[in-house]
Amino acid sequence: MDAIQVALAQEAAEKQRHHPKSTFFWVWGVLLILTGAEVYLAYQNMELVRMLTLLLGLSIVKAALIIGYFMHMKYEMSRMKWLTMGSLTICLVLMCIFLPDAYRIVELGIR
Amino acid sequence: MSDVAVHGVAGEFEPSIFGTYSKKIGMWLFLLSDSLTFGALLAAYTYGRVSYGTEHGASLWPTPFHSESIRNATIMTAFLLTSSLTMVLAVRASVFGNAKAQRLWLLATMACGIGFIVLHGNEWSNLIAEGLTLPIFGTPPHAHAAAEFTEVTKTVPQFAGTFFGLTGMHMLHVTIGVIYLGVIALRKWFIPVLLAFWLVAWLGTPAYSPFHDASHLLLIGAIVISIILWLKPKLYDSSDVEVAGLYWHFVDLVWMFIFPLVYLMSTRII
Repeated sequence: MDAIQVALAQEAAEKQRHHPKSTFFWVWGVLLILTGAEVYLAYQNMELVRMLTLLLGLSIVKAALIIGYFMHMKYEMSRMKWLTMGSLTICLVLMCIFLPDAYRIVELGIR
Repeated sequence: MSDVAVHGVAGEFEPSIFGTYSKKIGMWLFLLSDSLTFGALLAAYTYGRVSYGTEHGASLWPTPFHSESIRNATIMTAFLLTSSLTMVLAVRASVFGNAKAQRLWLLATMACGIGFIVLHGNEWSNLIAEGLTLPIFGTPPHAHAAAEFTEVTKTVPQFAGTFFGLTGMHMLHVTIGVIYLGVIALRKWFIPVLLAFWLVAWLGTPAYSPFHDASHLLLIGAIVISIILWLKPKLYDSSDVEVAGLYWHFVDLVWMFIFPLVYLMSTRII
C-alpha cells in the first residue's frame, strides 16, 4: 500500500478504537430478539401479504443494524452512505418491476 | 501510470472522495454487485411464488418446512448472527494490535460458519431424502416414490429450482467466507487444514450426495489460495481484517432475507 492508503487505513483503525464494545453486544442481542419475533410471527395464522410486510419490515431493520453497526457504515462519510445505499436501493426496487407480470400469469391461468 | 508521470510531483495523489482506503471501497463495490445477484435470485423466487397464485386466501406455493426445519434454520441464523459478533470483535482486536485475540475471534467466526454449513447440508440432505430434489442431484438408495415431497417436485418444479439455487448460492458464499477468514487468520498454515476439510467432505459424503462432488470446491480453494499466497505473501493488518469482515457481514445480511422469505413464509402450520 502506498503512503496515502496506509494513512487512510490507520485513520479508519483509529476511529474504530473509539467504538464502544458494548454496542456490538446490544446489536447482537436485538438481532436475536428480532429473529425470535420473526419465528413467532411465522406460526401466527395471518394473511399472506400482512405476514410478508411484517417479516420484510423486520428483515430491513435487521439489515440496517448489521450494515450500520457491524459493517461500520454509521461511522462513514455521508457521501459514502448515500451513494452506496442509494444506488443499491434503487437497483433492488427496480427488480420489483417484474412482479406485476407474475400477477398477470395468475390471471391468465398459465403455469 | 505513476503519479509522477501525471503530475510531475512524487506522492501527490487525489484525495479519496469517500474518505477511506481503496481496498474497503473495492469490497463495498463488490458487495453492491453481489447484492444484485442475490436480489435477482430472491426476485425469481418471489416471482415463482406470486405467479403460482392463491386459493381461498392461501398460497398454492408449497409450504414444506416442518417445525424441525424451522428450528434448524433458526439455529443456523443464530450461528450467523453470533459469527457477525465474533467477526466485529476480531476487527476490534486487530485495530488494537492484539494479534492473538484477533486470531481467536477469527477462528470462532469460522467455527460458527462451519456450524452453519454443516446444519444447512444436513437440512438439504433431509429434504432430498424426502423427495425435494433437482434432476442433477443423485437419488439416495433408500428414497421411495411415495416420499413426502416427491409430488411437490413433480407439480411445482420451480420450488426446488429456486430453493436450491438461492440457498446453494448462499452456502457457496459462506464457504468462500470461511476460506477467506482462514487465510487471514492462519495464512499458509490454513492450506493443509483446508485440504483436510476437503478429504473429510469428499470421503465422508456418499456418492449420491450433491456435497460429494461439491467438496472439490475446497480443493480448488486450496489451489487458488496457494497461488495467491505464493504470489503475494504478506502479514495481514487491520485493514485486511476489516475488509474480510465486510464480506462476512454481507453473508450474514443476505441470510436475514433468505430466512424469512424462503423458510418462514413456507412454514407448515399443522
